[in-house]
Amino acid sequence: MVYNLTVSPDFSPEHIAGWYVFNTWLQRKLGYRIHVDLYDDFETQRQAIADGKIDIVFANPFDAAMLVRDKGFTAVATAEGQRDEVVIAVAADSPVRRVEDLQPGVRIAKTQDPDINLIGMILLEPADLSLENTVAQAASTYVLVAKHLIQGRADIGFFLKEAFYDLSQVIRKNLRVLVTSEIHVVRHALLVGPRFAEHGESLRRLLLGMPGDLPQGPGVLESLGFSGWESLGEEDTQFMIDLMDTLQE
Amino acid sequence: MDDMHPSQLAGTDYREYTLTYFEGFSRRVLVLDIEKSYPDGKLIVSRTDTKGIITHANQAFVEMSGYSEAELIGQPHSILRHPDMPAIAFKDVWDTLAQGKKWKGYVKNLRKDGAYYWVFASAVPNVRNGVVEGYTSVRRKPSRKRVNECVPLYAELRAKETGHGL
Repeated sequence: MVYNLTVSPDFSPEHIAGWYVFNTWLQRKLGYRIHVDLYDDFETQRQAIADGKIDIVFANPFDAAMLVRDKGFTAVATAEGQRDEVVIAVAADSPVRRVEDLQPGVRIAKTQDPDINLIGMILLEPADLSLENTVAQAASTYVLVAKHLIQGRADIGFFLKEAFYDLSQVIRKNLRVLVTSEIHVVRHALLVGPRFAEHGESLRRLLLGMPGDLPQGPGVLESLGFSGWESLGEEDTQFMIDLMDTLQE
Repeated sequence: MDDMHPSQLAGTDYREYTLTYFEGFSRRVLVLDIEKSYPDGKLIVSRTDTKGIITHANQAFVEMSGYSEAELIGQPHSILRHPDMPAIAFKDVWDTLAQGKKWKGYVKNLRKDGAYYWVFASAVPNVRNGVVEGYTSVRRKPSRKRVNECVPLYAELRAKETGHGL
């Protein structure tokens, strides 16, 4: 049997190769054939999941809720120390100093990243802003979100915090952080589907042992941009999903 | 829950109330007209068991409530109840959650030091294998405009409750 692995389309482009390196390592360790399928957008990936094509997924918290509650996926691990936080930024010369300065009609540059967009809108609530009285400026990547801001096509931009600080210094010096979320419990998670469930524990042990799996383990982790993996138990996952539930309309 | 004592307050010009809770007990609370503004970007997260006893409190909860984590865990969530909040608002929370639905609303919370802070709160039941095992609540920075709309509304509801002896 060949299993399929995919990664939430909001992964950092510089780590694309890392997921292939990781998969090579994983196949060698587990002894199963695993194919990497990376999707450009969330809709295509969700369709693949709905079609039962995915067995292992590094999912964003928004999709993790659907995968666990509706598709029978279980959480295995999460990237050590990494949390999904949101940066809302403006152009460096913007007159906006605080969220409450924003007015209805504000133009928001954003990707399709569902959890970042959800949290981003929550951070705008103190200014009485919602999807109904703001204008979305779609961007396929966070670099393009930055470009919209710098070129004046958007007033604010939503970024995954990690992606914002991955922007080059040249780009970042043209931007200013308006607000950063401090939620601490929302994070991506590696989930396994029903077909792979029986190997979930073996996978968890392998991942937790990666930093000590010399000589390859540390290098593979580095290529993913991770320092290691943390075990993610059933209750931790359910807690995160409950939290995402409370935030959605 | 212990009664509040003047020595824990952030000021001396306080008002004193006796709150009676749904659970049946009463508590003396002392309140100051001092607002602590909600910090940008933070979410207060807590969980309770089915009886409303706090089982988890994040750092933002600790910072905004003024209580330590150890002081919060094991206490009823109503430790935050401010006397300006109408009792019917909390009845609505429990009635909504009992139906398995999400609750949202604007709430004025009482800090350990007698000051207050406004939040936009939402809560959901934690369902595990079809059984409600507790509740998760998230509080975030509210719109000042919405808070200003709530102040007279809550005052009116409070006056009715007092007038009807609720």
